Amino acid sequence: MSQAPLLQMRQIDKWFGGVHAVSHVDFDVRAGEIHALIGENGAGKSTLVRILSGAIQADAGEIVFDGRKLHMRGPKDAEAAGIAMIHQELSLCPNMSVAENIFLGSEPLGPMRTVSWRRLRADAESYLRHLDTPIDVTRAVEEYGIATQQMVEVAKVLSRNAKLIVMDEPTSALTDTEAQRLFEIIRALKAEGVAIVYISHKMEEIYELADRVTVMRDSHWIGTAEASDLAPGQLIEWMVGRKIETLFPKRSVELGEELLRVEDAVLRANDGTDRLLVDHASLSLRAGEILGLGGLRGAGNSELLGLLFGQFSHADVEVCLRGERVRIGRPSDALAQRIALLTNDRKTTGLVLSMSVLHNMTLASLKRMGPTPLVVPREEVRAALPLRQRLSVKTASLDIEVSALSGGNQQKVALAKWLMTEPDVLLLDEPTRGIDVGAKAEIYELMNELASQGKGILLITSELPELVEMSDRILVFHRGRITKELRGEEMTQQNVMAAAMSGASSHA
Amino acid sequence: MPEDREPQEAPETVDGAEMEEAARRLGPRNPVLRFLSQNRGVTALLAVVILGALFTPQRGVNGPYLVNVITGHAEPLRDSDGAWNPPRFLTTKIHSDVLYEYAEYGLLAVGMTLVILTAGIDLSVGSVLGIAAVTFAYLLIARGTPPAVAIAGAAGMGTLCGLINGFLVSKLHLQPFVATLAMMVAARGGAKVISGGYKIQAGGADWYWVQGDLPEFMTWMVSPSYGGFLRPVTLLFIVSLLVMVVVVKYTRFGRYLYAVGGNEEAARLSGVPVTGTKILAYSLCGFFAGLAGFCNACRTGLGNPEAGTTFELDAIAAVVIGGTSLAGGRGAMILTLLGALIVGYIDKALSVNNVDVAYRLLAKGLIIVIAVVIQSRRRTN
Ligand SMILES: Nc1ncnc2c1ncn2[C@@H]1O[C@H](COP(=O)(O)OP(=O)(O)OP(=O)(O)O)[C@@H](O)[C@H]1O
Ligand SMILES: [Mg+2]
Repeated sequence: MSQAPLLQMRQIDKWFGGVHAVSHVDFDVRAGEIHALIGENGAGKSTLVRILSGAIQADAGEIVFDGRKLHMRGPKDAEAAGIAMIHQELSLCPNMSVAENIFLGSEPLGPMRTVSWRRLRADAESYLRHLDTPIDVTRAVEEYGIATQQMVEVAKVLSRNAKLIVMDEPTSALTDTEAQRLFEIIRALKAEGVAIVYISHKMEEIYELADRVTVMRDSHWIGTAEASDLAPGQLIEWMVGRKIETLFPKRSVELGEELLRVEDAVLRANDGTDRLLVDHASLSLRAGEILGLGGLRGAGNSELLGLLFGQFSHADVEVCLRGERVRIGRPSDALAQRIALLTNDRKTTGLVLSMSVLHNMTLASLKRMGPTPLVVPREEVRAALPLRQRLSVKTASLDIEVSALSGGNQQKVALAKWLMTEPDVLLLDEPTRGIDVGAKAEIYELMNELASQGKGILLITSELPELVEMSDRILVFHRGRITKELRGEEMTQQNVMAAAMSGASSHA
Repeated sequence: MPEDREPQEAPETVDGAEMEEAARRLGPRNPVLRFLSQNRGVTALLAVVILGALFTPQRGVNGPYLVNVITGHAEPLRDSDGAWNPPRFLTTKIHSDVLYEYAEYGLLAVGMTLVILTAGIDLSVGSVLGIAAVTFAYLLIARGTPPAVAIAGAAGMGTLCGLINGFLVSKLHLQPFVATLAMMVAARGGAKVISGGYKIQAGGADWYWVQGDLPEFMTWMVSPSYGGFLRPVTLLFIVSLLVMVVVVKYTRFGRYLYAVGGNEEAARLSGVPVTGTKILAYSLCGFFAGLAGFCNACRTGLGNPEAGTTFELDAIAAVVIGGTSLAGGRGAMILTLLGALIVGYIDKALSVNNVDVAYRLLAKGLIIVIAVVIQSRRRTN
């Protein structure tokens, strides 16, 4: 009850053009606490913490940290004060090595004040081992997938010895196991007296980790409370301003004919090793079915979706679609067959960040909009408006650059792009990544609706409840092979985990 | 320790004060001012023309008009016999001249914009202009073919060079800088091969069979027609530009340029034909360089194998000053027109004041820096 909080943000205010992103928000964090910051997509969470990290400047308000008033002119000032941050949109230099990225700006120096490469590498390796991510730190960051990159970000932050660490949706790209490892580290940091500001849309995480919770909505501060005093229903009501009855809407769909059959699909690694990333996988998807694909990172489920969409230039696949054999070697083949793939990384493979919201939404549908090579803006808007409404994309206008949207809203735009192509087979890799509870429920609703129209969905998600609740059936991948099929009562989180960890044997 | 606060309600409807604040932050309320503050290219162009009007001399007087007004040396705006004598920037002739003199750069810049939007660059346009100029002159002057054939030859030669560029970039995955650098050297060589290293002109080098007189068609292309204001060359530039404004804005190909330049992988995964888009962009760039070569031959009355040297830099400058990003994916064709006009007018204002070419080059460098600084500041806001 005695000492002042470690961090006090007072009356923080920020405008982007005509958009009020943060309005007069007070926010404080005590030393050694884990403070969850939550709210709907576009509520202003990232903006608030980016102000704290010096990435952007507030229009008004003051920040008192560790008893001193901070004058923030850039990220350097925040770092000097002892504030480190993991950004929602990863901010690594893709072409530099993992080790260089971790120590960017604070490289260990040798006796001649030159960079000591030996120590740089050794330290980087030890941080990553600590995170259970033993990778080659001399390889370029871009050679690794988004989850590994996320871990590199974490290692980078750990190396800074900060007093306050901000994590903006650090687990949105991680599997459960990876996330659990991260939580252990967060708790260890807390035990050392480090304060954590933790942004997430995953309720379980918040209750697992947080000491206190602050909720924002529409750029405003709504409330702060002890996590233990706040029931989930109450929390959601603070967030969305209304009650949400069921997160996973129930449905009963008559399964139709077989829509897609894949037999012995194979994907070789393109790195000269000839490793099989997808090892003779076979599956059958019926109309109206939502088929979950479980498995750890790299188990082959994401890779299979890529293969079915013609993502890999070195591989193609023959499938049986609506009873006909078709060969898919390029994304345009897949699109022509009404297959759509929502990738798990909106920044590098999902969106063209420099284009407007509207143009991103229509990019994959331009060919279908008319026979002529002309694009008609009116048509585009007509196609985009219902999706904007349905997915509640929060944007000042359809014409602004998609990079100006909040992370969750960008995800909705990526999803809208594929829904607009009206696919028969929808391949979804982490569809609700970074999306708030309210919009999630809406997306589940939408998936059910598509299924009831006779479409087929292959679903990958690192959120086990989502996988278990939404799927009609689950296939679990292990080292490139499908090793387990779970149906009905068997579909529990434990069973999915067990099969994913150990291949076929565990579950009788 | 401060107690945890009770939840408060976020205002359900945005109140009047909030709306007002939002409007204020969107810029001036006056529609004209708002347009100008949101379209800095137009504002800059207006500023240049107005300054030009104040600082260009009148007929028969030396020195900037404004200076002469202050020192009392200015002539009256109306002569004793009632004819107008405004500063030269307020005569139509000067505008027609600027458009004419910038037509070649402008054509190159039109093609360059397409390539830069895809996050590429084309260093070869100057050399391609040269080889096209020589091709045109060879066909028309040395071979005596009809003008239409000679124009097709020039444009075809340019397109071929562009096609090769596009192939090298998209199929062989050469970096655009490297691929077009090679073409820059090779096309210059090609121009010299065709011309034998000489200027192809009427009554020129004797190993050619050359017509005695300059073909009438070439003179017609560069003489003022259409009410004495526009030359056919100028018209060619303006029409090309307007057509490409529409192509970039209202066709799938145009949209694909932005997608490829912004995020090639995401574009590919959205079914965008990346290879085709790039090849078409480079080919069109070559095509316009071919047209520019034809204009150059008409303007100079000969086919000079050295024509167009360093023109690629002027073309890139026009694109960049307009505000199209060299990183690709951001910009517009109409901005390139603004960029070309801004450079053209400033150059003209200096030249009618008899400023030395050396200083004009210094000024041009300065403009590029200022323009790019303004553009990048706007982006970070
Ligand atoms: N650079 C920018 N330019 C313009 N508007 C912006 C910019 N960054 C954010 N905004 C706007 O500010 C608002 C708040 O965005 P912010 O990223 O803080 O949301 P968030 O709470 O982090 O949401 P999410 O959960 O989706 O990540 C949004 O309406 C967004 O469109
Ligand atoms: Mg965010």
